[in-house]
Amino acid sequence: MKLRSYLATAAMLALGAGAASAQSLVYCSEGSPEGFDPALYTSGTTFDASSQPIFNRLAQFIPGTTEVEPGLAESWEISEDGKTITFKLREGVKFHSNDQFTPTRDFNADDVIFTFDRQGNPENPYNKVSGGSWEYYAGMSMPELLESIEKVDDYTVKFHLTRPDAPFIANMAMDFASIHSKEYADAMMEAGTPEALNQKPIGTGPFVFQAYQKDAIIRYVRNPDYWGPPARVEALIFAITPDASVRYQKVKAGECHVMAYPNPADVQEMKDNQDIVVMEQEGLNVGYMAYNTQVPPFDNPKVRKALNMAIDKQAIIDVVFQGSGQIAKNPIPPTMWSYQDTVEDDPYDPDAAKAMLAEEGVSDLSMKIWAMPVQRPYNPNARRMAELMQEDFSQIGVNVEIVSYEWGEYLERSSDVDRDGAVLLGWTGDNGDPDNFLAVLLGCDGVGASNRAQWCHEPFDELINKAKVLTDQDERTKLYEEAQIVFKEQAPWATIAHSVVYMPMRPEVDNYVVHPLGTHIFNEVGFSD
Amino acid sequence: MLKYLAARLLTFVPTFIGVTLISFAFIRLLPGDPIIVMAGERGMTEERYAELSAQLGFDRPIYVQFWEYLTGVLQGDLGQSFVTRRPVWDEFFSLFPATLELSIFAMIFALALGLPAGVIAAVNRGKFFDRALMSTALVGYSMPIFWWALLLIIIFSGQLGWTPVSGRIDLIYYFSNPTGFMVIDAIKSGQEGALASALRHLVLPAIVLGTIPLAVIARQTRSAMLEVLGEDYIRTARAKGLPPLRINGIHALRNALIPVITVIGLSVGTLLAGAILTETIFSWPGIGKWMVDSIFRRDYPVVQGGLLLIAVMVMLVNLTVDLLYGVINPKIRKR
Repeated sequence: MKLRSYLATAAMLALGAGAASAQSLVYCSEGSPEGFDPALYTSGTTFDASSQPIFNRLAQFIPGTTEVEPGLAESWEISEDGKTITFKLREGVKFHSNDQFTPTRDFNADDVIFTFDRQGNPENPYNKVSGGSWEYYAGMSMPELLESIEKVDDYTVKFHLTRPDAPFIANMAMDFASIHSKEYADAMMEAGTPEALNQKPIGTGPFVFQAYQKDAIIRYVRNPDYWGPPARVEALIFAITPDASVRYQKVKAGECHVMAYPNPADVQEMKDNQDIVVMEQEGLNVGYMAYNTQVPPFDNPKVRKALNMAIDKQAIIDVVFQGSGQIAKNPIPPTMWSYQDTVEDDPYDPDAAKAMLAEEGVSDLSMKIWAMPVQRPYNPNARRMAELMQEDFSQIGVNVEIVSYEWGEYLERSSDVDRDGAVLLGWTGDNGDPDNFLAVLLGCDGVGASNRAQWCHEPFDELINKAKVLTDQDERTKLYEEAQIVFKEQAPWATIAHSVVYMPMRPEVDNYVVHPLGTHIFNEVGFSD
Repeated sequence: MLKYLAARLLTFVPTFIGVTLISFAFIRLLPGDPIIVMAGERGMTEERYAELSAQLGFDRPIYVQFWEYLTGVLQGDLGQSFVTRRPVWDEFFSLFPATLELSIFAMIFALALGLPAGVIAAVNRGKFFDRALMSTALVGYSMPIFWWALLLIIIFSGQLGWTPVSGRIDLIYYFSNPTGFMVIDAIKSGQEGALASALRHLVLPAIVLGTIPLAVIARQTRSAMLEVLGEDYIRTARAKGLPPLRINGIHALRNALIPVITVIGLSVGTLLAGAILTETIFSWPGIGKWMVDSIFRRDYPVVQGGLLLIAVMVMLVNLTVDLLYGVINPKIRKR
């Protein structure tokens, strides 16, 4: 009933003021969420609609940064050996209610244990619900890392790890670690509708889930009992609008306040429009070309370096990114801590490149460049990018054949250790930790999988493995900075670009912050008078 | 008549099995492994791959998978989407009303303009009006839906502000137990302005989706009418001094309708194909967009289940069309 009266109020206010009512914020999103239980999925679209408005995590990212602050845990302590982390939980945090469930108790340690146990323990009754495959839990190596979780008392939990792991706290701020209500889960299991956790989510977040119609609309209302500062708008509405041009028209017409992912080609026109404000920030991503460093002549760092010097990156930024990108010189983006700014990018110098190749005894080189068949934030048009490189390489006498496969095939075949050719690919950060780029994409463990350069270089690997187990961020920074210098010397990739994320919105929208991790967060967004 | 219906229904059986097999094979013939697509850039270990493969049942021989699918279908179980983990059946029926509503309005638009346009063109054969109408129809038929939709949005929603850009109803309206047919829900709710809002949202998508059928119907009506207008009984009717409206509207049109109705039946396929683009542009939550997304994600159960259900719909519509022939032309009924 409460929800209804909220809605009636919102409706009346909106009737007076048109769609742009001061009480409801309309966000034109790019697609439907796969569901509302963030641990089951991996896409940003799903996280925007589930973990951000509805849920909280033990730790959370400070808006606009990749730094972590306390969330549902008020504080944490890391033991000296780095293998035990004790979280002190926040008291008095209330879960939402819906037509099937009203909580009888506040958030406590049982909810934390349930949240992780269902993902890691095959015996947990929720482990197989909704076809649970727990991609992120597996992807962040939680099964190997997490030995056990111990409930010390209602508001203290200890995580026992198998080894020290510095990014662990940042992992606890990731969407898959969103805290569910064990009481709700038990009630739904008893009622025979366990999939309600995914379809009618209950969390502790700033907004309460109200209704969802696939491919059309998601409605939320403000959580009046939120433990943090309450959301500034009474209602949050996601108007699902898959076409970017249509999203743009909707913002223009005032049917949406904020939109996601504009067409790069429209950005300039938007900036010129007085009714639209465009915010921008470098995305936490990198687009690269990975050589196969195990296949000659690409096993020779000088050959790789020479090829890198033949690429006109500025032309790629202008043509492929239409200006909405910046040249990448490091494998991690500049918004990430430990970014090594003293590194100098390989100069664009075809003559020197040609001479270098000759020096290494490489002539009449033919190679393949793999172009992805899909559009990604880190590479909006891989085919075009490959064509530009083909042209660049022909200047230094290297003959390029462009190949492509269907996306699934592409991902699979590009992982092969004996792959023929250099692969265009990229990465978007998960948790803001440099380990999430450097170890996943360039560590020896990733060879044959996510390390597409098939590059296992001991000095580099030693640095990143050392940094992974340290807890002091300053010490870790030094090691990662050093690792980036090694990377640049060895050149397993041609680092190409970091894209820029644009967020167009109506001028009356107040306090929107572009999040470097790419998620869209609305609890502190309101309207200026 | 009943005998005819039974015979027609019998032909459904092999078609149905064929469609089941084709839809099952079609998505599997496409390159691309749904598990790899799920893992994305991160990739996954072989053990993890094997685990997921077993979870989704891919580790069993293909004929076992097909048999399970077929027995499931016969029991009304189309499986669960790999992506949303919801039953395909539920997803289809939560989205289908939107497609159906849009298609009905598109068809009403196409018929309301296409039939009179065809008749008028035939009666004025060779004159300016005929040429103008038929060239317009040709343009309509050749127009890329995507471009046409964006053009209408930019003019009518962006510049003039007459129609909403996309969606099915203004965001302020909210119905608690919807049927999925927005027009019906709006009437049922009794909320002031809801029906008008739903209809305003239907205008542009219905025009876009109805444009190709409109062109086809207009051209088909014209040529069928021309044929009939040359018949002896029309000359007789003219000689009897019947008013032209009566001759053209009743004597000629009724006989010209048979081929037109065939075209309408066949247009159902065109409508569903057109719905894919129209729905994507207008953010219309129907099955067209749902199918396309699922093909890209290699969501096997959704693609095969969705194709099957769409095929059944098309079969039913064509059956209805066949039965309609009998209503319009008693000669067919007697055969």
